[in-house]
Amino acid sequence: MKLRKISAAASAAVVLALTATACGSGSDSGSNGDKINIGIKFDQPGMGLKTPDGTYTGFDVDVARYVAKELGYPEDKINWKQAPSAERENMIKNGDVKYIVGTYSITEKRLKEVDFAGPYFVAHQDLLVRADDNSITKVEDLNSKKLCSVAGSTSAQNVRDKLAPKADLRQLGGYSECLTGLENKSVDALTTDATILAGYAAQKEHQGKFKLAGLSLSDEKYGIGLKKGDADLKGKINKALEKMISDGTWDKLVKQHFGPSGYKNDPAPKIAG
Amino acid sequence: MFDFLDSGQYDLLGAFWVTAQLALYSAIGSLIWGTALAAMRVSPVPLMRTFGTTYVNLVRNTPLTVVIVACSFGLDQTLGITLGADSSEDIGFRLAILGLVAYTGTFVCEALRSGINTVPTGQAEAGRALGLSFTQVLTLVVLPQAFRAAVTPLANVLIALTKNTTVAAAIGAAEAALLMKDMIENEADALFVVFALFAFGFMVLTLPTGLFLGWAAKRLAVKR
Amino acid sequence: MSSVLYDNPGPRARRRNVLYTVAFLAVLALVAWWVLTALNDKGQLDAAKWSPFVTDPQVWTTYLLPGLTETLKAAALAILIALPLGAALGIGRLSDHAWVRVPVGAIVEFFRAIPVLILMIFASQIYAKFTTVSSDFRPLYAVVTGLVLYNASVIAEVVRAGVLSLPRGQSDAAVALGMRKGQSMLYVLLPQAVTVMLPALVSQLVVIVKDTALGGAVLGFGELLSQNRQITANYGANTIATFTVIALVYIALNAVITNLASRLEKRLRQGRKTSAVKENSPAETTETPAGAVSGA
Repeated sequence: MKLRKISAAASAAVVLALTATACGSGSDSGSNGDKINIGIKFDQPGMGLKTPDGTYTGFDVDVARYVAKELGYPEDKINWKQAPSAERENMIKNGDVKYIVGTYSITEKRLKEVDFAGPYFVAHQDLLVRADDNSITKVEDLNSKKLCSVAGSTSAQNVRDKLAPKADLRQLGGYSECLTGLENKSVDALTTDATILAGYAAQKEHQGKFKLAGLSLSDEKYGIGLKKGDADLKGKINKALEKMISDGTWDKLVKQHFGPSGYKNDPAPKIAG
Repeated sequence: MFDFLDSGQYDLLGAFWVTAQLALYSAIGSLIWGTALAAMRVSPVPLMRTFGTTYVNLVRNTPLTVVIVACSFGLDQTLGITLGADSSEDIGFRLAILGLVAYTGTFVCEALRSGINTVPTGQAEAGRALGLSFTQVLTLVVLPQAFRAAVTPLANVLIALTKNTTVAAAIGAAEAALLMKDMIENEADALFVVFALFAFGFMVLTLPTGLFLGWAAKRLAVKR
Repeated sequence: MSSVLYDNPGPRARRRNVLYTVAFLAVLALVAWWVLTALNDKGQLDAAKWSPFVTDPQVWTTYLLPGLTETLKAAALAILIALPLGAALGIGRLSDHAWVRVPVGAIVEFFRAIPVLILMIFASQIYAKFTTVSSDFRPLYAVVTGLVLYNASVIAEVVRAGVLSLPRGQSDAAVALGMRKGQSMLYVLLPQAVTVMLPALVSQLVVIVKDTALGGAVLGFGELLSQNRQITANYGANTIATFTVIALVYIALNAVITNLASRLEKRLRQGRKTSAVKENSPAETTETPAGAVSGA
């Protein structure tokens, strides 16, 4: 008898839970309603970051905002979506997002899957070292160093396969983990795109602790990823980017986001058109 | 679609070999650690019982990723324990084993405890009547029977352990999941193929283990 | 509480136990002291790294609590679907008909062999290609699907082991009463097996809660553990503090689940004092042969 009562209660709970989630799942699918879905990073200070008050900041985010405004979507019509690196191509192909602005380098391989507008920024792979460490001045110095990067990332593969095959490369789950290692002196340098490094170096908790080594280990042309073959959207975004550079917004944003770290950025790239 | 496999860029067999090694060493380690934990949980010393219970309840309720990352942070980066490894890959590998042992040990302990529960009271009582001490009762009478009864749950733990090695990628052990991350980053156009490949690889590792241990469980079971 | 494994301690044994206790305590304290000083030396115990979790309610409202909600949602759905499905698979594997038993066995073995993470990624791809599930819910669906496929297989094994652990006399008696196979399973075997299976089932529930974390990093599912990236990105790479807090949340959550379940188990047991299971198990067979296992 007792068992039956309990199972009755349990099944009631099941029904409740199911209806609750069903109610929660109001449909706002796709990007073609009156809102626009944009993919960004949520966890990269300086580029794309979800802040504690629930807003989003960073260079990529501001570029995405500017482009959206030019496309006719003001801030309150933007639906931000997290775009993890491994899912970016899929999100674009599935139509989950209209476009992605998330430290998204234009590469041959990716061009087979998606189209890119831009580039809107040229970054280089660089190293973040402790502020009192002057021992890394050229690529060859890396071979005797302990490096850290995110597992599977392009930067990690770059170091391992091309730049410094003899370097002791530690691959961890995220940049913060590497940074803790750098702080604790269990690694000598954290390597990835200078933009991301600059974002971490500029945080108030880290000011004065770390610095960029200033090596240009690669060229990363950041583009805005969009659906393959959508020439119309690509043209519009490119036009928006050109306007952003010509009206001085680009310089302002670069200064605002990368200024505090002392990161010397490349001049605005030429939009491919 | 499969052309990237011929390029020689990816050492698939090597990565799965590391996975197999991780699983093997961790299995041996967690068998030992789990037995020790189980012994603590039934021991006459109250503090050891408390420690065993607390440890099992804490670690078993923590996600494996957290346990493994804690090993990397706590031991390597903070305390400087590298288990005698020089290169980062070795450190990752050894710490991953340690993390897997710490985590899987709790499951081994619970499997063994259920095995101990299947041993009739009379067995332990007979042992005590012969004047055997706690250690003797446990190692000579109860545990050998408990192990035989626990083969099935232990087999499940071993299969889960093999699959759990994928989490070791979080601290940079060069096993299958880390290679998979590389391939996802580079070969996004062949995502399905990549996953199918790794699913197949894991089935090759786990299915024979499961079948063999299922057969062993039947043979070893204590008929009562 | 005395055990069958050792005699009640006499004066000498008691003294020895005290000695062991003191030695053990000393070792534990030494390790704890060593870890804490090392952490302190590296500046990891700095107030700045830990205080956000106490002083800044936004850490909780923006990251941790929404993450916890997602975790709970995925876990609850996975549990509610996996339990009946697992029971059905388990019963199917016990079927007398080979055409049911063999394919069900194959399904169970297949899904037990593949890492859950890979199942989740597959599910996500399939939802994206063949269904119109909104992208807002696809990660949740994919995570739940992966968890259900794997855990239903494990639960199937638990159910099978639970039913097999019942004394033969039970099904014989049911047959003697003229019950059909379905009746004897439904009215005689399963209700008793549930009591035996509970501990294993409960640990499986805990596994489901923890395994929701697998979907975080790769699929962009906003569950609890994946929030660590955003928190550490905002508060100056306080990785150790963040992981500790998240682990504590998981431990508390799972402790609640375990606690509720053991209460339920007690009530179930009280309800059937005359159970054959109880009489037949001399050493308190409280656990089934199938332990709970996580599968990353």
